Amino acid sequence: MRILLCLFAATTAFAQTPMEVLHARGNVYMFASDSGNVTVQIGEHRDNDGVLMVDTGTAQMAEPILAALKKLTSKQLKYVVNTSADLDHAGGNDIISSTGGTRTAEGRGPLAAEVNIYAQDNTLTRLSAPELHIPEKGLPTMSYEQLKDFTFNGEAVQLISEAPAHTDGDSIVFFRGSNVISAGEIFSTVTYPMIDLARGGSIQGEVKALNHLLELTVPEISQEGGTMVIPGHGRLCDEADVTEYRDMVTIVRDRVADLIEKGKTLDEAKAARVTRDYDGRYSQPKWTGDMFVEAIYKSLKQGKQK
Amino acid sequence: MSRILAWLPIIMLAAPAFAQRGEGGPTGFNMIGLWSGMYHEDELERTDPGPPPGDYTGFPLNEAGLYHADSWHADLVSVMEHQCIPHNAPYSMRGPANLSIHAETDPSNGRLLAYIIDGTFGGASRTIWMDGRSHPSKFAAHTWAGFSTGEWHGDTLKVVTSHIKAGYLRRNGITYNDNATLVEFFDLHDKYLTVTTLTYDPIYLTEPLLRTETFVWNPYQPMGAPHAYGATCQPAPEIPRPYGWVPHHLPGTNTVVTGFSEAYGIPFAATRGGAETMFPEYRKKLKTMTIPPQQVFLNKFKREHEGPDGQAKEAGK
Repeated sequence: MRILLCLFAATTAFAQTPMEVLHARGNVYMFASDSGNVTVQIGEHRDNDGVLMVDTGTAQMAEPILAALKKLTSKQLKYVVNTSADLDHAGGNDIISSTGGTRTAEGRGPLAAEVNIYAQDNTLTRLSAPELHIPEKGLPTMSYEQLKDFTFNGEAVQLISEAPAHTDGDSIVFFRGSNVISAGEIFSTVTYPMIDLARGGSIQGEVKALNHLLELTVPEISQEGGTMVIPGHGRLCDEADVTEYRDMVTIVRDRVADLIEKGKTLDEAKAARVTRDYDGRYSQPKWTGDMFVEAIYKSLKQGKQK
Repeated sequence: MSRILAWLPIIMLAAPAFAQRGEGGPTGFNMIGLWSGMYHEDELERTDPGPPPGDYTGFPLNEAGLYHADSWHADLVSVMEHQCIPHNAPYSMRGPANLSIHAETDPSNGRLLAYIIDGTFGGASRTIWMDGRSHPSKFAAHTWAGFSTGEWHGDTLKVVTSHIKAGYLRRNGITYNDNATLVEFFDLHDKYLTVTTLTYDPIYLTEPLLRTETFVWNPYQPMGAPHAYGATCQPAPEIPRPYGWVPHHLPGTNTVVTGFSEAYGIPFAATRGGAETMFPEYRKKLKTMTIPPQQVFLNKFKREHEGPDGQAKEAGK
């Protein structure tokens, strides 16, 4: 079951779509496709520069990603961050990390990978599951529980755990100098957030994560621009777009909580169709409004039992 | 031949001047100037205090749009992230809008690149690209003003706008989604500029929403800095609220939506919007409905004709 859920996004991503490169802001680019988004930071800074990639897409996306990267820079890939263990975020680790420089020669880097691959503790654990058969060089080389920060390409980079939200291993990446956040699966402009209960996801955590995103983002003028947010799937965004999404998730959560409060069963909650005003916008065959309601219902019930 | 040669310098001089009429288009009019908003169309909803909750008249809402509108709570505007939102492209021509329209030209050849429309509420100035460029990819960021391209169709400027952030069509919960598109037609009648807008949002509307707004040419119109409000608006927590608070009405609990029907004596069903209510044939159906008392007019009558004790006022008092 876990593998099936883990593969959920990957199966939706197999259709090969053209990759577009958009300049998000500062040093940061968004490699966008229907399969999902990859965030790339490129910079120049004495003795500490190169390429940092947030998520590596599916294995099938690896070649287009590398081709697009080659057009942008000849700099070496030095860091990869996985925002979750989904295979549309970490499926290309193996191939993409092979293109980086070997950092083991001077004893500075990890032995397993040719680039440093960072992930939250639980993401490392899940990617290391034998049934996923991820080669060693595709596994995270370093993990963190709450926060990891360092300077790269002349700007502070923060890897912030938002777990539990989509799963128990979610992270966002904040490029403080460029003023860009790569949000991973906690934010999408194409579908409801997938609350993966089997992998430790939580609707309350998802709402909390979105509110935290809103704390970090600062609009430039007229409630737009400023901090740019790259969602796991969909288009380039800013705070106003995250607000729209946060509002939607909160409202649907509240509607389901109200039904639970009234003693409704899961079937009755689904029959109430409380996502009817958002389904046209966010319901997808692979993750429908009904599935979202079920995940919220079970997540809230689980929370009450704890 | 000599006559033609004699006229040639004049023709050559005139050619660039004619090309610059691109500011008005090959056959279009010159939009550049100052235009004052007129609010005689739908004035009650466009000016203060704005539309009452539950007034969905004139909107071809579908079930999803109606459900969403009923969940809207007026306190939403007090949420920090909502406080400084400017009027969006589908609404901005309806709000307070004293426009300044100017042109952006290519300095190398004087050709028109874009019209800029400043003056909409909140500073989401519109840029209407006239140079034939295509709309950005679906992955590009959306803005309140959206991405607009224009082309002249005779004396009408047709503008198509995409990449708009989700927002309101009426300030009482009727909204559109961020994949909606806007088509506008700018027409000049004497000194009046009429903007006809069609909003396409198949998620909440069963058919395009058609509206018009009119502006009058006013070269004396004072203009403030177009982005002053947007640049200086600072959200502030006016009332202590829980962290992450998003006000909304749970399904079936919105008791204020009936207020409009009761206030103006309109059958409740007729206030709920929907394409059916927008056509003349609906008048036949209206005649079969119970008309509630018009509280607004009853209250006005009481104020004017009755004293505090309910007795009729004496004449002249």
